[in-house]
Amino acid sequence: MSDNTRDIIRLSAADLGARIASGAVTSVQATQAHLDRIDAVDGAVHAYLHVAPELALAAAARVDAQIAAGEKLGPLAGVPIAVKDVLVTTDMPSTSGSKILEGYLSPFDATVVKKVREAGLIPLGKTNMDEFAMGSSTEHSAYGPTHNPWALDRIPGGSGGGSAAAVAGYEASIALGSDTGGSIRQPAHVTGTVGVKPTYGAVSRYGAIALASSLDQIGPVSRTVLDSALLQDIIGGHDPRDSTSLRTEWPSMADAARNANVQGLKIGVIKQLQGDGFQAGVLNRFTEALELLVANGAEIVELDAPSFEHAIAAYYLILPAEASSNLAKFDSVRFGLRVNPQGGGTVEDVMSATRDAGFGPEVKRRIILGTYALSAGYYDAYYGSAQKVRTLVQRDFAAAFSQVDVIASPTAPTTAFKLGEKLNDPLAMYLNDIATIPANLAGIPGITLPAGLADEDGLPVGIQFLAPAHEDARLYNVGGALEQLLVAQWGGHLLEQAPDLLELIAAAAEEGAR
Amino acid sequence: MARAELMDFDKALELFEPVMGFEVHVELNTKTKMFSEAPNVFGAEPNTGLTPLCLGLPGTLPVVNEQAVRYSISLGLALGCSIAESSSFARKNYFYPDTPKNYQISQFDEPIAFEGSVQIELADGTLIDIPVERAHMEEDAGKLTHVGGSSGRIQGADYSLVDYNRAGVPLVEIVTKPIYGGEHRSPEIAKAYVSAIRDIVVSLGISDAKMERGNLRCDANVSLRPRVAEGVETPPLGTRTETKNVNSLRSVERAVRYEIQRQAAILAKGGSITQETRHWHEDTGETSAGRPKSDADDYRYFPEPDLLPVVPSAELIAELRAALPEQPAVRRRRLKAEWGFTDLEFQDIQNSGLLTEVSETVAAGATPAAARKWWTGEIARLANAADADAASLISAADVAALAVLVEAGTLTDRLARQVLEGVIAGEGTPQQVVDARGLAVVSDDGALIAAIDEALAAQPDVLEKIRDGKVQAAGAVIGAVMKAMKGQADAARVRELVLERASA
Amino acid sequence: MSGISAEQVAHLAQLARIDLSPEEILSLTTELDQIVDSVAKVTAVATPDVPATSHPIPLQNVFRPDVVGETLTLEQALQNAPAHDGSRFKVSAILGEEQ
Ligand SMILES: [Mg+2]
Ligand SMILES: [Zn+2]
Repeated sequence: MSDNTRDIIRLSAADLGARIASGAVTSVQATQAHLDRIDAVDGAVHAYLHVAPELALAAAARVDAQIAAGEKLGPLAGVPIAVKDVLVTTDMPSTSGSKILEGYLSPFDATVVKKVREAGLIPLGKTNMDEFAMGSSTEHSAYGPTHNPWALDRIPGGSGGGSAAAVAGYEASIALGSDTGGSIRQPAHVTGTVGVKPTYGAVSRYGAIALASSLDQIGPVSRTVLDSALLQDIIGGHDPRDSTSLRTEWPSMADAARNANVQGLKIGVIKQLQGDGFQAGVLNRFTEALELLVANGAEIVELDAPSFEHAIAAYYLILPAEASSNLAKFDSVRFGLRVNPQGGGTVEDVMSATRDAGFGPEVKRRIILGTYALSAGYYDAYYGSAQKVRTLVQRDFAAAFSQVDVIASPTAPTTAFKLGEKLNDPLAMYLNDIATIPANLAGIPGITLPAGLADEDGLPVGIQFLAPAHEDARLYNVGGALEQLLVAQWGGHLLEQAPDLLELIAAAAEEGAR
Repeated sequence: MARAELMDFDKALELFEPVMGFEVHVELNTKTKMFSEAPNVFGAEPNTGLTPLCLGLPGTLPVVNEQAVRYSISLGLALGCSIAESSSFARKNYFYPDTPKNYQISQFDEPIAFEGSVQIELADGTLIDIPVERAHMEEDAGKLTHVGGSSGRIQGADYSLVDYNRAGVPLVEIVTKPIYGGEHRSPEIAKAYVSAIRDIVVSLGISDAKMERGNLRCDANVSLRPRVAEGVETPPLGTRTETKNVNSLRSVERAVRYEIQRQAAILAKGGSITQETRHWHEDTGETSAGRPKSDADDYRYFPEPDLLPVVPSAELIAELRAALPEQPAVRRRRLKAEWGFTDLEFQDIQNSGLLTEVSETVAAGATPAAARKWWTGEIARLANAADADAASLISAADVAALAVLVEAGTLTDRLARQVLEGVIAGEGTPQQVVDARGLAVVSDDGALIAAIDEALAAQPDVLEKIRDGKVQAAGAVIGAVMKAMKGQADAARVRELVLERASA
Repeated sequence: MSGISAEQVAHLAQLARIDLSPEEILSLTTELDQIVDSVAKVTAVATPDVPATSHPIPLQNVFRPDVVGETLTLEQALQNAPAHDGSRFKVSAILGEEQ
C-alpha cells in the first residue's frame, strides 16, 4: 500500500470530497485506494458481503469526467461509500444478511441509494449485518460475523456492524446504515465512529428491506460529525414513495455541525440511562464528556423517565410483531430461496421448508415471538400494551424536552464484547440496546460520537445525544461541538488511537498458524 | 364429490328460519391500484403493468390512492352509512400465493363507513331495508390458475400459476348485519340485494360492476335456526356457512336456496353444521366444503405501520354527498316515468336485475321499448339456456347498436336475432357481424322488383285479385319474395312495392 | 413462567409457515418462555387510560394522485422467480382453499 493510498483513505469524507473537487485527487484514485484497502483487510474484518470494483471505478470515472468538464457537484461527489445490505440496489445483490435472499437483484434502487448516486458518491459494495437487522453484534449474519477493527476477536456491534467496521477500518469514507433499535448508534459506539438515527420520516425508507416499519430509520455512518451531517443533507427530504416521509423543510445539518456551539445549551441526563448494568469505563467517559461541555457553557439538568424501564420490553414486542408480518413475503413464490421438501408437497409445505432453511435462529425466534404477540387472545396483553408503553415513553420525552434542549446518555452499556460471548443468550444480547431503543419508540433523532476509550479494556466508548423530533440539527450542533473539544484534547480523532489493522491481522494470522 | 342431500325448500322453511348475511366486494374502477401507481386494467397479459409493490418486492411501501378514498366515501354515503372521522388501515396476515406480501392491507376496527342500510324492492313491489354494518377499503389478490388434475379445479391439481395483475386492485367490502325475516323469499332477497348494490355502484360510476369479471363478488352467509312453539325462548343463531365468490345474480339466488336446503337436510337428521367456507360451483349448482373456520384462522390483525389514518374533512364529505346520484327508489320512479313503462313492464326489468343494462342501453341510443324488449326477451332467454346472467353475454353498447340497426331498417327482427347470436359468440360488434355474415336487409328496390316480377310471373292472377280489392292476396307474393331473398328483405317494403305494381 | 407450551410453539410455527424441527420447537419453547416472561411487565403500566401509539410521528391523509406511473417489464417481474412458465409464477399444488 503506497503512502498516497494510506493518506487518501484516512481523510474524512468532507476533506476527500474537497480534494476531489479541487482536482488534487481523482475519484478513481480515491476509489482504487479504498478497493486496495478492502483487498488488504476485509478477509479478516469481513465488513462487506459484496464488493463491486468495476462498477465503483466506472462510477468514479464518470464523476471525474464531470469534474473535468467543469460541472459543479456536491461536497461528497466522488467519495466512496459503503451501503448496508438492507438497502436494495439494482446493480449489486441485496440479501439483508439472509440466505433466503442470496443473490437477490432488485429492479429498483432504494431512494437513499438513488440520492447518493445522484450526489456523485461511489458505492463500493454492500456491508454485512445481522440477518434482517435482528441483532446487536452482526453475529447473526447468515454469511458469517464481521470483526471489530479495534480487536478482531470482538463484535463490531449490530445490526450494522459491517458499515461501522468498514468506516472504522478505512474500507470506506462513509456508509449508510439503518437503525431500528440502535443498529447505527451501537456499532458506532463500539467502533469509535459516528452514527446518526434521524427523526423517523426524515429519510425515506423506500427500498430499505423492512424489519419493523414503525421503528426503522436510515441514517449516516461516518468518522466525523460533519461527514454524517453532509450525508444526511443528501439523503434527507420528502419521498412520495414513503407515506411516513416528512414534508419538513430541513435546515442544513452541515451548517449546524460547522457552527457548533454549546454556550447556554441545556442538556438533560436521564437517571434510567446510567448506573446499573453500565460498565465503569463507559460511565467515566460519559461523565467527563459532560464536564467538558459544562466547562464550555452547557448546563446539565437531571431528569427522570420512569417509563424507560419498560422500553426494552415494549420494543421486543413491537419489533417481532411487525417483523413477523414484514418477513411473511419471503415465501419462495416471487423471489428468493425455494426449498422443496422431500417427496414434493403442497405450496404450504414448500413455504414452510423454505422458511425453515432460509431463516437463521434469531429470525425464527423473533418471528415466532411476534406471531405470538399478535395472535388471537394475546394481542391486547402484549402488542396492545407495548403500544401503550410507547405512548408513555413519548410522554417522558415530551416532559424532558420541555426542560432541556437535548438529552445525553452513554450509547450502550458496555464496550465491544467478545464474538460468541452473548450469542446463546438472547436476553443478554437484547440489553445492549437499552439506551438506544427509546429514541426509536418515540421517533426522535439520536447521534453517537466517540467519547474516549474505556479504562478497563482500552476499547472505544460513545456518547449519545437525543433531540426532539424534527430537531436533528441540534444533534449536529452539540455533536460537532463536543467532537471539536475532544479532538483538541486528544490531538486527533479517536480512531487514530486504534491499533494498526494490518498489524492486528498479521498477529492474528501468526496466532492461527501456531 | 358426493352429492349432498337436500330437503324440499318449502319443507325446510317449515322447520327452520333462515338468517342471511352478505359480504360484497366491489372492485373500484380507479386508474391505478389501491396502494401503487400500477394501472388498474382488466385483461392484460399476465404479470405485465406491475410495480414492485404488486409483487411485494423487498423494500416496497404502499401509498394510498386518493381517488379510491373518494370513491369509498361516496359509496359509504350512498349506502346511508356514517363516514368515520378517522379511519385506518390494518394488516390481515395469512399466507396464500395469490397474496404478494402474505398479508392483505384492509381495514379492521376503523372502517371508512359504518351503519347504513340499502332499500331493495322485491317482485311484488315489497320494499325491504337491508342493514349494512360497515364498508371498508382493502386490496384485491392475484389470480391462480390450477393446472393438471380434473378440470382446472384446485383439488388434485399438479401445480398452480400465479398472475398478480389483479393484486392490489382497490376493493370496498360491504358487510351487512344479519338479515332476519326473509323466510321463503330469502333467495329472492339475496339476489335483489346484490342487484341493488350493483345499481348503486354503477350509478356512482365507481365500478365496472361486471360480476362475470369479478368486479363485484358476493360471499353469502346462511344459517338456520329451528322454529319453536310460541312462548318458547328463541334459540340462538345456528352455525353459519360462508359461500364464497358467487359471481352472478342468478347464482346468489341459487346458492342461498341450495344452502338452506342442504343445511336443513343435515339438521333434520340430527346432524350439525360445520362452520366453514364453501365454494359455489356454477356448473353443477352446488356448494362444496372449503377450509373449516377454526382457530387456525388467526389473521393477527394489527395497525398498518406503513400507512397513516384517513381523516376526511367535513368539506370533502359535503362535496361528495352533494355529488351523489339520486336515491335508487327515486331513480326507479324517474326511469319508469321517462321510459313510459307500465308497472308490469318496469317490474319485469327490475326483477330480472336488468335495470342497469336497460338504462345503459337507452343511454347508448336505443329506445326504452327496444332496450327492454331485447334484454328481457331474447337475451334473457339465451342467458337462461346458458345458465348465465344476461349481463355477462353482451354489453349494453352492443345491444343499443343492434336496436339502432333494427330501427333504421337495416335488420329485421329475425335477422337481428341472428346478429345477436353472432355477437354473443364473440364475432364482434353487431355491425361487424352484419358485415361478416352478410345479414343486412336488401334495401335495393331493383333487386326486390326483380324478385316480385319473378313471383308474379308464377302467380299471374294475384295482381287482378288485388285490383279487385282482395289485398290479402299480396301475401303469397310477399312470401315468395321473402323466401327468394332468404329472409333478408323488409316485408313491409315488399308489400308496398307489390301494391304499387297493382295500382299502376 | 408465562407457561408457553411446545404445542403452542408448534402452532405458532404453523401460522408463521416455518417447518421447525422437534429440537427447534423444544429450544424455542424455553427461550420464548423466558423472553415472554421478561417482556410481560408491559401489561403492568399499560392501563386503560393510556392510548396506544402505532406511528411514532402522527401524520394523516397522506395520499397519492390516481395517475399511472412507471411499471416493470415482464422480464423484470419474473427476474427473481424461483419458477415460472414464461409469464406466470409457478408454485406447487395448493390443495387448500382460494381466499
Ligand atoms: Mg369475506
Ligand atoms: Zn374482503
